[in-house]
Amino acid sequence: MITASPPVKETKNYLNHERGIKSWLLTGDHKRIAILYLISVTLFFALGGVFASLIRLELSTPAGDLLESNQYNKVFTMHGILMVFFFLIPSIPATLGNFLIPMMIGAKDLAFPKINLLSWYIYVVGGIFTLYVLLTGGVDTGWTFYTPFSTSYSNGYVIAAGLGIFINGFSSILTGLNFIVTIHRMRAPGLTWFRLPLFVWAHYATSAIMILGTPVVAVTLFLVVLERGFHIGFFDPAYGGDPVLFQHLFWFYSHPAVYIMILPSMGVISEVISTFSSKKPFGYTFIAFSSVAIAVFGFLVWGHHLFVAGQSIYAGLVFSILSYVVAIPSAIKVFNWAATMYKGKVRLETPMLYALGFIGLFTVGGLTGIFLSSLGMDVHLTDTYFVVAHFHYVMVGGALLGYLCGIHFWWPKIFGRMYSQVWSKVSAVLVFVGFNLTFFPQFLLGYMGMPRRYHVYPPEFQVFNVLSSAGASVLALGLILPAIYLTWSLKHGEIASENPWGATGLEWQTASPPIMENFEVTPVVTTEAYDYSTQQEVVHVG
Amino acid sequence: MASHAVSTTLRHHFASDEQQKDAATIGMWVFLVTEIMFFGGLFLAYFAYRQAYPAAFASASNKTNLWLGAANTTVLICSSLTMALAVHAASMGKKTLLVLFLIMTLLLGGAFLGVKAYEYHDKWVHHEIPGQHFECEGCEDAGHAPLFFSLYFAMTGLHATHMLIGFVILVILIVQAARGKFTEKWYTPIEMFGLYWHFVDIVWIFLFPLLYLIDRSHTGLK
Repeated sequence: MITASPPVKETKNYLNHERGIKSWLLTGDHKRIAILYLISVTLFFALGGVFASLIRLELSTPAGDLLESNQYNKVFTMHGILMVFFFLIPSIPATLGNFLIPMMIGAKDLAFPKINLLSWYIYVVGGIFTLYVLLTGGVDTGWTFYTPFSTSYSNGYVIAAGLGIFINGFSSILTGLNFIVTIHRMRAPGLTWFRLPLFVWAHYATSAIMILGTPVVAVTLFLVVLERGFHIGFFDPAYGGDPVLFQHLFWFYSHPAVYIMILPSMGVISEVISTFSSKKPFGYTFIAFSSVAIAVFGFLVWGHHLFVAGQSIYAGLVFSILSYVVAIPSAIKVFNWAATMYKGKVRLETPMLYALGFIGLFTVGGLTGIFLSSLGMDVHLTDTYFVVAHFHYVMVGGALLGYLCGIHFWWPKIFGRMYSQVWSKVSAVLVFVGFNLTFFPQFLLGYMGMPRRYHVYPPEFQVFNVLSSAGASVLALGLILPAIYLTWSLKHGEIASENPWGATGLEWQTASPPIMENFEVTPVVTTEAYDYSTQQEVVHVG
Repeated sequence: MASHAVSTTLRHHFASDEQQKDAATIGMWVFLVTEIMFFGGLFLAYFAYRQAYPAAFASASNKTNLWLGAANTTVLICSSLTMALAVHAASMGKKTLLVLFLIMTLLLGGAFLGVKAYEYHDKWVHHEIPGQHFECEGCEDAGHAPLFFSLYFAMTGLHATHMLIGFVILVILIVQAARGKFTEKWYTPIEMFGLYWHFVDIVWIFLFPLLYLIDRSHTGLK
């Protein structure tokens, strides 16, 4: 078809200043590395989505008619590994964070461009290990690799999968390290800590978790590999070890990892809510410090995964109370976002729809987390679909929606093109509706006692499972749509202006797409963030 | 203060040499924090099991060779000294001294690894490697004694891996230093490597008492 887009004046930007595959694969530019990450995390997300579809297809009927139990174990394990380690953890930091942090702080690049590129290659190598596992027969331990099953009994490719995640962990560590140094030392003149956008604060807190937590899970998986491969015992009672120690070490990282997923999303939401309300975020310092508080408290709650694992009742009590405490900084954010919108000029553009969806779903996810952190309640709900629904509300309803929100918000900046406003709003609604239809019934299933990780279930659970599978189809449609219209927009979308949403922030004061070194001249910051009084006019897109 | 002339070692995205140096230093310290957490998982496992199975650990730890461990500790502390002297020589712009101290560090590091390899071989000969053929003569609580050796090999093995990586980097640095790559104005890689090397030393300073010294009174010095 013939498109209406005007002839493009070839201005030099980061996308066209060099051409050829080599200029991408050897780039040191944080913006290009962000694009490399965008492509690779999208591929892994799609792959994880295929496994999710297989799970929902199998669960449409009570009998195990599509997959055998062994295959089903492998399918949900691969779904978990791909989504957690290869999509959710790198999603926002490695794409949007990589692209935006230097721009938001007025820098030309991250502090260590080569390490940034190295982190992408490490991610790819880790991914190749995982794909190898996938092609040669899979792994059936669940993404949690609980011992002694994983080290002594599982028939899957535990060693290769463990090594894949071990390697991938270093990609995450290097990204976090790069962010911390960059935020400390590369800020533009006048950009003090309390003038930083909240997105940067959120990433700072995330980076702290990445560098403190990831090494622990890396060494833990290393021990699993030693025990399985060389019978050098650590966790299997047959070798004198204690399987609960594995759980402690694993969750010391893997619980904070949930905050690696959600904190960057919260950063995105803070930016988007403020922009589309044309109002300074209510309680800037509270939102900033709540990110740090979540990172700190997040490290003290891992024991709530061990309430029924033989942990002492007193330890359980302490972990239970500390888990309640994390709800406070999370709630501060939600209340502050609501207060930001209050009396603001709220515009319901696509990113804002996603942001509102995030607030709703994250609230449900967070509140059900309170159920699970109460000791007595958790005994009843452990390993049921209630847990599955809870963490999907946080990870999908929270992290994924935040990611989509951010992609839609900064797409015009990243690629210099607008996407279809109609289709993107349709997709935002489909994702919200489809998501709730998929996962709300799972709360009920879990409360009724349906355990997770089984592919056969009693017929009385079928109604809710069919609802859930139907919702998953709607959700899938809502996720396929952006893949189509965003790709389409790359060539045919309307040319975006420097600042199509009327946002504040340094990244909006340079060309779309940005030039190679981000800014013509290094900006000097003289005001606080979110100063809408200097905003000339809001360019409406419709 | 250095002049504002653009130096050849300043990369394009930094505003000044000071900023570049600062970034490298903070980056290195943050990296060492991740390393502490990396070893930390193993230390936690060690403390948990040592506390749970004191008899097994006390008797098994007496199987380590105290004198070789002590000798290696001395070697490593000396290598830290030569490394510190190398950094100092670099800051004075004394190329020959720098190369000399780096080579001494390399030799001491090599000596450490050699002794370690001998100790591993010794353990191999005596079947003190966990697994099917594990034997531990005179170990109490035989069901848990292998845990000590699992941790011994994991901890010293991870430490030795760090030494090996340091060894390779040292060779590269020696070649670069000999070619005159570093000046008194710019010797950041030497300084950063110094931090790494000292860190690896400090890990050993903790490993030595934990694996060799505690409960030595069990059998007395031998």
